[in-house]
Amino acid sequence: MSEYTVIGLRVERAGPLALLQDAGRFGVRRLGVTQGGPADLHGWAWANRLAGNVWGTPVLEVTFGGLALVAERDLSIAVAGADLAATLDGEPLALWRPVSIKEGQTLAFGTPRNGLRAYLALAGGFRAEPVLGSVSCVVREGLGGFDGHGGKLAAGDRLAVSGEAGERVAREAVSVPEPPDYTAPATLALLPGAQVADFTGASLYAAFNSRWRVDDRADRMGVRLTGPRLNCRIGSLISEGIGLGAVQVPPDGQPIALLNDRQTIGGYPRLGALTPLAASRLAQCLPGQEARLVATSSERALCDYRLFRRSLER
Amino acid sequence: MSHGMNRNQPTPRIESAGLDGWLVRLFSTIDVANLAWLGALARRCEAAFGEALVDLVPSYTTLLVVFDPLRLSPEAARRRLADLLADLLADPAPEQETEAGEFHELLTWYDPSVGPDLERVAQHANMSLEAVIDCHAGQTYRVFALGFAPGFAFMGLLDRRLEVPRLDTPRQRVPVNSVAIAGRQTAAYPAVSPGGWNLLGRTTARLFDRDREGFSLLRVGDRVRFVPVDRATFERHGGDATPMETRPRGRAYE
Repeated sequence: MSEYTVIGLRVERAGPLALLQDAGRFGVRRLGVTQGGPADLHGWAWANRLAGNVWGTPVLEVTFGGLALVAERDLSIAVAGADLAATLDGEPLALWRPVSIKEGQTLAFGTPRNGLRAYLALAGGFRAEPVLGSVSCVVREGLGGFDGHGGKLAAGDRLAVSGEAGERVAREAVSVPEPPDYTAPATLALLPGAQVADFTGASLYAAFNSRWRVDDRADRMGVRLTGPRLNCRIGSLISEGIGLGAVQVPPDGQPIALLNDRQTIGGYPRLGALTPLAASRLAQCLPGQEARLVATSSERALCDYRLFRRSLER
Repeated sequence: MSHGMNRNQPTPRIESAGLDGWLVRLFSTIDVANLAWLGALARRCEAAFGEALVDLVPSYTTLLVVFDPLRLSPEAARRRLADLLADLLADPAPEQETEAGEFHELLTWYDPSVGPDLERVAQHANMSLEAVIDCHAGQTYRVFALGFAPGFAFMGLLDRRLEVPRLDTPRQRVPVNSVAIAGRQTAAYPAVSPGGWNLLGRTTARLFDRDREGFSLLRVGDRVRFVPVDRATFERHGGDATPMETRPRGRAYE
């Protein structure tokens, strides 16, 4: 991988939320530092794959759209994840495939058509100084991103990229999956957790047989689901470490699935944890969308996760 | 410190925490003696999991072990943990392999202008301001967990006389370095953030520094003492004496 860094893109319009994300910040959760990383691991990984990058290369996570960038040099890019009506100089941009763009062209994201978060990768990747081992941008903690302090993008920012961003094109044929239909009701695989038996029988039945609605109280920390009230015999626990996808149920009985920027410890009882791919899927849901929880086993979840990782290698 | 025979003997359980994690529950109650066991377990996990270890999150009674499921299947990770726990329990005194944590003195200016809840806490405890300060500064605390924000250390156990609940309405903006109490715990805010704890004063310590080796001043197991200083000393050590508004406001944060 090339070591030198050049300016690749200029921010013309920042949009509501565009964050630099590598695989996440690891080994520092015991210091209270959150995991970060892409909310939709699946879309993020495919964007990198299509741009010819290795796992973990920094990508822009564009939430809801609105971002407009001007290329300051020729670039090889790929956009995967959500369809946010992206255009290149006003023409629809091809998604889920490598695309070459020329210096001076404008890449603009519109509003969501299918999903919530798009991933913009470019060959060689965006460049930023890692903070605590990662460039992942966590606004709340003031860590990572292009400025190293968790700052949001602003109009006029000039984004550093790998020096080989324009030279390298993903030449090998990649068998690309059919882009997911994120607008369909989401089926979320959940690994039951230690407190599952502390919920009442009626609540357990409701948890796995109801249509949940994705609430508008949703961000990179967690997504609230609304539906029947779930009752747990224990109100709170002594705070303990919480994993990605943990589905906690506060006293109001409405579950919250915790995503990448969640707090490191918490004390609400949990139904269990979404699988990594289910957490990814939930991160693409817009408020109001329907979701179902389906219990799964760790064998099944591991099998699905291995298939996903292997599909990226071909 | 001496303990009864069975007081802090771990009763481990390994609980599912998703595809890439197991939560090891060693105790059911909060106790300073838990720290040595949890610390010993964390070190053994680091040695036994090697490259497959992704993260460790110690807390009051538990240790969350996060691993890479592509390197080590959940079932293999569970077996490895079960072996570790068997060894740990067979060890007569894991505490002896644990250093007692670092000792820190946090210079603190206790004053209503930077500790707007000081007077209310005094009323609640039916104590003078001086007695509240002496009580808070009069003991050495242990760090039980870090969380909420980078470098935010949950310390305890606070003297029962100072036990007050969190604010009904959390403040939207708690100044950096605010020293606070809630329940039987105390903490200092490493950065500006929302917060519902009762503020008693402000410290000069740099609690989280990305350029420092180890980043966080305080770590689980460390021992901490708050040292009362006057305003001049506080400012000489770099403390920010800017007063804050005393009225709690803002929307409810959890």
